[in-house]
Amino acid sequence: CLRSRRLCILKGIYPHEPKHKKKVNKGSTTARTFYLLKDIKFLLHEPIVNKFREYKAIILPETPGVFVRKLRKAYGKSEWSTVDRLKDNKPTYKLDHIVKERYPTFIDALRDLDDALSMCFLFSTFPRTGKCHVQTIQLCRRLAVEFLNYVIASRSLRKVFLSIKGIYYQAEVLGQPVTWITPYAFAHDHPTDVDYRVMATFTEFYTTLLGFVNFRLYHSLNLLYPPKIDGQADVELKPAEGKEYAMDSESYLEKLSALSASLARVVAPTHEDEVEMDEFPVEGETAEQMDTRKKEQEALEKHKKLFEGLRFFLNREVPREPLAFVIRCFGGQVSWDKSLCIGATYDVSDPSITHQIVDRPRVEKQVVGRYYLQPQWVFDSVNAKLCLPVADYFPGVLLPPHLSPFVTEQEGDYVPPEKLKLLALQRGENPDEESEEEDEEEEEEEDDNDKEEEEEEEESEKEEEMKLKKMEEQKTQSNKALPVKVTAGKLRLEDKQRLEQEQQSEEKRLAIMMMKKREKYLYKKIMFGKKRKVREANKLAAKRKAHDTAVKEEKKKSKKARRA
Amino acid sequence: PLPSPHTSAPRQDIRNTVGNIPMEWYQDFPHIGYNLEGKRIYKPIRNKDELDMFLEKMENPDYWRTVQDKMTGADIKLTDEQVELVHRLQKGQFGDVHFNPYEPSVDFFTHEVMIHPVTNRPADKRSFIPSLIEKEKVSKLVHAIKMGWIKPRKPKDDTPTYYDLWAHEDPNSILGRHKMHVPAPKMKLPGHEESYNPPPEYLLSEEEKLAWEQQEPAERKLNFVPQQYQCLRAVPAYSRFIHERFERCLDLYLCPRQRKMRVNVDPEDLIPKLPKPRDLQPFPTTQALVYRGHTSLVRCLSISPSGQWLVSGSDDCTVRFWEVSTARCMKTLPVGGVVKSVAWNPNPTICLVAICVEQSVLLVNPCLGDKLLYGATDQLLESYVAPEEERVQPVQWVAATMEEHSKGVRLVVQHSKALKQVTWHGKGDYFASVVSDNSNMQVLIHQTSKRWSQNPFRKSKGLVQCVLFHPIRPYFFVATQRYVRVYNLLKQELTKKLMTNCKWVSSMAIHPGGDNVICGSYDSKLAWFDLDLSTRPYQLLRHHKKALRSVAFHKHYPLFASGSDDGTVIVCHGMVYNDLLQNPLLVPVKVLKGHVPTLDLGVLDVLFHPTQPWVFSSGADGTVRLYT
Repeated sequence: CLRSRRLCILKGIYPHEPKHKKKVNKGSTTARTFYLLKDIKFLLHEPIVNKFREYKAIILPETPGVFVRKLRKAYGKSEWSTVDRLKDNKPTYKLDHIVKERYPTFIDALRDLDDALSMCFLFSTFPRTGKCHVQTIQLCRRLAVEFLNYVIASRSLRKVFLSIKGIYYQAEVLGQPVTWITPYAFAHDHPTDVDYRVMATFTEFYTTLLGFVNFRLYHSLNLLYPPKIDGQADVELKPAEGKEYAMDSESYLEKLSALSASLARVVAPTHEDEVEMDEFPVEGETAEQMDTRKKEQEALEKHKKLFEGLRFFLNREVPREPLAFVIRCFGGQVSWDKSLCIGATYDVSDPSITHQIVDRPRVEKQVVGRYYLQPQWVFDSVNAKLCLPVADYFPGVLLPPHLSPFVTEQEGDYVPPEKLKLLALQRGENPDEESEEEDEEEEEEEDDNDKEEEEEEEESEKEEEMKLKKMEEQKTQSNKALPVKVTAGKLRLEDKQRLEQEQQSEEKRLAIMMMKKREKYLYKKIMFGKKRKVREANKLAAKRKAHDTAVKEEKKKSKKARRA
Repeated sequence: PLPSPHTSAPRQDIRNTVGNIPMEWYQDFPHIGYNLEGKRIYKPIRNKDELDMFLEKMENPDYWRTVQDKMTGADIKLTDEQVELVHRLQKGQFGDVHFNPYEPSVDFFTHEVMIHPVTNRPADKRSFIPSLIEKEKVSKLVHAIKMGWIKPRKPKDDTPTYYDLWAHEDPNSILGRHKMHVPAPKMKLPGHEESYNPPPEYLLSEEEKLAWEQQEPAERKLNFVPQQYQCLRAVPAYSRFIHERFERCLDLYLCPRQRKMRVNVDPEDLIPKLPKPRDLQPFPTTQALVYRGHTSLVRCLSISPSGQWLVSGSDDCTVRFWEVSTARCMKTLPVGGVVKSVAWNPNPTICLVAICVEQSVLLVNPCLGDKLLYGATDQLLESYVAPEEERVQPVQWVAATMEEHSKGVRLVVQHSKALKQVTWHGKGDYFASVVSDNSNMQVLIHQTSKRWSQNPFRKSKGLVQCVLFHPIRPYFFVATQRYVRVYNLLKQELTKKLMTNCKWVSSMAIHPGGDNVICGSYDSKLAWFDLDLSTRPYQLLRHHKKALRSVAFHKHYPLFASGSDDGTVIVCHGMVYNDLLQNPLLVPVKVLKGHVPTLDLGVLDVLFHPTQPWVFSSGADGTVRLYT
């Protein structure tokens, strides 16, 4: 079945695990993949199979398809006009019907968009030479940029995460969470043990899917598709600006991928669009639930307008595309150096800039009236759903840890202290001040403790002396008196609660003994998993504690050194 | 271009005639070739070392323009013209300064149209006549078009590449396939440890990193090593990015998909709801007394029917009699061998103990308790009158010698092989003994009053582990390795064969009601049989962690106990109802710990007090313990 690999990928056919593996495998236990007969028959009914046959034989590779055969013949006879004609009439196929068949509804397609997006973003970063067709790479880039523009226009980005693998984004498109990962903008070290043909086949399908999805998404927002930059007329009036950057044919996509301009709409946006929606209470919903829903809605709206009114400027050393994308998704304005990329809207010297994103240890010539911040501030603020205090993110400052927004800690899981702090911030408390005060107090206390300890040591020495004296006295006394002594009996206090607990745990143990074999196995497995979880959480907590004390001691040492 | 002869030095006449050959062929010779006269050209003497070279480089102002002629080995100083030439060549210009590559071009023919033709040749005839070959070709094409071989070019498909594919969402288009479809699971979302700047606790320590590297890539919990970077600009590209996408692709089209039912149960719900042990009292809960005295493992225990005296047999070749309530050793009876089994006569009017020592069963009157009682026992034994005609017996009944008699031994039943177990019938007249042998003589039944023995079985059915008399009815239980056989003694036939589902039965006990049997086995199982229900165990209890050595039922209370090599005695509540429809209720109520396991042996025997809810256990540590 290897030969129809391509067909399987396009049609989304996957192997099945048979119920009785040995029976199906005729008694042998070697590992084999099994496809449903139904699926294979379904594949054969696919009209695209004929197209493949026309082009290149898929089912039987030893008999080449009609097209390839003719082309080979023409080449052999050096009939160049025939070659041209044949190439002109090259059989093509479309995957539209397969997309429709695999995703009968739009929501189905959205649900499966994760892999498509990740793949397109990866392919769009490939070099234009070798590996795969240039057209594919260009198409991927175009579709990816279009999707980014849609996310900006709809303001549907929710979470961003800078991982060591790449940047994860999560957007909520029509209620469906869509997550994708983009690699950092570096040249790829192309591995040799990867079959690019398989990836290209997947990409072929994904580009088709993403194109249709983009079309539909743009139309749902009343945007033109293919996208046009809003106020293009203005840009056209002064075409000189872009000329030095890119050729006319390319400047359109480049401008689009600069992500700095808003898109043209089919209908000019009017304020009437923002009519408040009537609220219909859902059946079976209590007032409380309504309230929480309303609050969530409000929080969401607030989150969408996180950077509204802020003007950012990106220094040339920060990754432009992700930052511009994220800032624009939350309503901020963004610009960069004109020589960095097309589409810069204002200059560094613009006095209205509120935040400048910098990623170098020191900034010469600071302008008054704007914050100089490291890029992590933008991402952390988006994840925290509020503009975080800027003090931790100044250039050259040791950054606070960047936490994953995809983790929701359940009860009993380990929660890093930074997360706790963040949660407190979101609730509106300010834990920083308290903790700092505490720190100071603690330090003072520690200083006191040192003194006390010294005093204690002296005291203890005194006490020991006293004891020795007493002992000697006793000895002298006991020599006089009889050595027999009656010590007062101690009243044994029985902790009732503990007894109760012990009894309960014993009852449990006895009951576990009576469990059936299968249930006992299951129970043990569950308990093992739980214990492992607890163990891991404890391990992390212990590690953190050790780290914190180490850091504290370092601090203390340096402080002492400074004092001395 | 060669250097022009007049610019070269006057010693130009040194010409090498070797031709275009690799000069390293002359490496090992003192000469470097031959001049025009055929004389050797000697290599110039070079004795400059690195230092000299360096000094020359520093001091000689013309060093930079000095080159070595490979053909003659001589150093040549380039002239200014030559240097200029080199510079020009390096720049890619022509060597000759005066050469102009951009001369104005002169056309051969003028571009203006002239009135006269260039050649005055008259036109060919064929230029006036239509071409036959072309006509043939055209007619061929026309024919091909007529025949439909050549088709007009297809109009270009001008439908847009992308359109609203889901404009008409048709619920009917959802095929059965889609209901069966298992969507691919989404990629796992990243946790804190994947961050470029994770909290410090997520970073791996040195040992963890080492362990990670030694693990198989498939076994690793994380497929990357968490790392911390000070700032975003320091983050490098992830080298396995393409790999991971590719693996995802492979997963998508090569991985079998299966819906897995995740058990989402509260583990507390799995624990069966049993009646609380508190409600099932009385049962022994705490260790009350320890009977110390034996110096080796105590193999067997037995108690007098009144519950006042306890007898224990041990590997130190003694039998000790204890007072139960005080843990006082009343009597020590040295017997010349390891005691395998003791059994107190269950008849309350007889004071007699059967003891298995090597090849004989000793019937001992311990002379404890009521003087009338043990006196009556002695009388009963002495009242035996030997039958007139001697019958052939498998064993020998021997009266005790005077010395033995003073110790309490009354009768000795001598067997031919080593004994394993002895057990009394409920009435106290018959007793059965088990010989460790593989023949049909393994089990013997003896009658004390008549002093005669018989062999009930004609054929051996396997290695007999233990035997028991039914407490009420005339049944006899024989446990072999894997089965328990129940014989009717009156009809002399096999009535039942119980399958224990165990590998090796070690012990057996019968409920005082007589309808339930428990079997302990060396593979740490305890099988409860309901004789009325089936020949298979009603329940198999796997409470112990090691081999079971002994099991026991209480006479009155619904209790049974099992002792095992793991040093524990587990007391269970085993209620049997008179109603036949109601199944027995088995609840473990207490795990009693006390014995110290020695030599991989823990508890060797357990025994209930006949009237109180107390349990005795004897262990490999040489003690007998009482739990109340």
